[in-house]
Amino acid sequence: MNVKPSTRELALGAAILTPGSAREYHTGGWRTFYPKTDEALCITCGLCWIFCPDACRVITKRENPIPGVLPDYYDFNPDYCKGCGICAQECPTGAIRMIEEGAP
Amino acid sequence: MSACVGLSATGCRTFTATSSQGLALMHEILFIVSAMRLPIVMATVNRALSAPINIWGDLSDVMANRDIGWVQLFGNNGQEVYDLTPCCFKIAEDRRVLLPVMLNIDGFTLSHVVEPIETLTQQDFDDFLPPYEPAQRLDVNQPISMGPVGPPDIFTETKKVHDDALVASRIVVNEVLDDFGRRFGRSYRAVEEYQTDDADVLLFTIGGTLGETGHTAVDALRARGMKIGQVLLRLWRPFPFDDIRRIFTGRKAVIVYDRALSVGGPGGPVASELRAAMYGRPDAPAILSLIAALGGRDVRAVEMAEQIENAVRRAGEGEYPAYEMVGVRE
Ligand code: SF4
Ligand code: SF4
Repeated sequence: MNVKPSTRELALGAAILTPGSAREYHTGGWRTFYPKTDEALCITCGLCWIFCPDACRVITKRENPIPGVLPDYYDFNPDYCKGCGICAQECPTGAIRMIEEGAP
Repeated sequence: MSACVGLSATGCRTFTATSSQGLALMHEILFIVSAMRLPIVMATVNRALSAPINIWGDLSDVMANRDIGWVQLFGNNGQEVYDLTPCCFKIAEDRRVLLPVMLNIDGFTLSHVVEPIETLTQQDFDDFLPPYEPAQRLDVNQPISMGPVGPPDIFTETKKVHDDALVASRIVVNEVLDDFGRRFGRSYRAVEEYQTDDADVLLFTIGGTLGETGHTAVDALRARGMKIGQVLLRLWRPFPFDDIRRIFTGRKAVIVYDRALSVGGPGGPVASELRAAMYGRPDAPAILSLIAALGGRDVRAVEMAEQIENAVRRAGEGEYPAYEMVGVRE
């Protein structure tokens, strides 16, 4: 939610009057650290996808394809990744590092 | 109560009744009803909370539910309960209120006795209380979400709106009670007074049993020469601070009878509220908190009169405690 409603703007009983508006609520905004993935180290094993509690590991095209290796790797979905760090903990190759949002 | 939430959310006029442990059991949902602004009406037969197991009357159930955000009224006899029930719907459903209303009734003394009352006709009810038009409801053709998540960035705003609505409901409570009185000749007020005009000592009660026994005690004390009157609190939430200050300012002493105890706290819940209302005001009376009639214990008018005399005398001698449980065998 980008615009925060005042007391005068809240619906009765804080009801939500627009169907499907949950789509606009990006829980990724709760994140403090994000999982930075090094595509060169990713072996596309999918373990991070299995463990991610928010279904936020997404198959992504490699920017620098490696001959003989799958063309995709797993990156994260910034809209819903809450930065729990489970993927970084579970990745067998150490491809994921947790980086503080906004850090230089 | 969860079933009532669903029923009311679909747009039905909803009523239920409970008591004691039943009220305690639904405690969690009571906050949800009021925050969702569902105008449910509930009769609460006030009885003690266990342990020890006790099925008799006192106010420990409702006093543990002070902060649920409902309008809370008391009916002091069968006629009042009958008359106030349609008033509760009219208050709850008013577009300026849209909050649940609890009508409190003394357990056993009112709930389990028979007394003659004057009834209204169906036409009277229909004229007084128009058909229910929900302000908002669940409808598959116009889907909305009721009772959703309220994250930290809106939760405080929702509480502010709720508090403003409950405080403002005071105006509607008075309007509805006045309307009822004009139509049917039986008038009710948020705070009722008995023999208060010249009184320098006031008995302050809540609930029917102590209220009506209090009348007899006041009559007896007046016959003995004490300038005493009685104030009965009908509207418990929103607490009628303005009426309370108007009535109590300038009196010598107030004897507050509570039928519930805030264990380990400041004494009786009504006495606490009165102290909060009068704190720091010039001409505030001495406020003496008595706890009585717990778990169905009878308090006779003669005992009440003695307890009042005793409390006033000791307060005059400056030795009255913060609160006292009266009629206890020690
Ligand atoms: S940090 Fe947590 S939420 Fe984000 S992608 Fe990794 S496992 Fe999923
Ligand atoms: S666990 Fe590591 S190596 Fe496996 S797919 Fe995820 S990022 Fe790539």
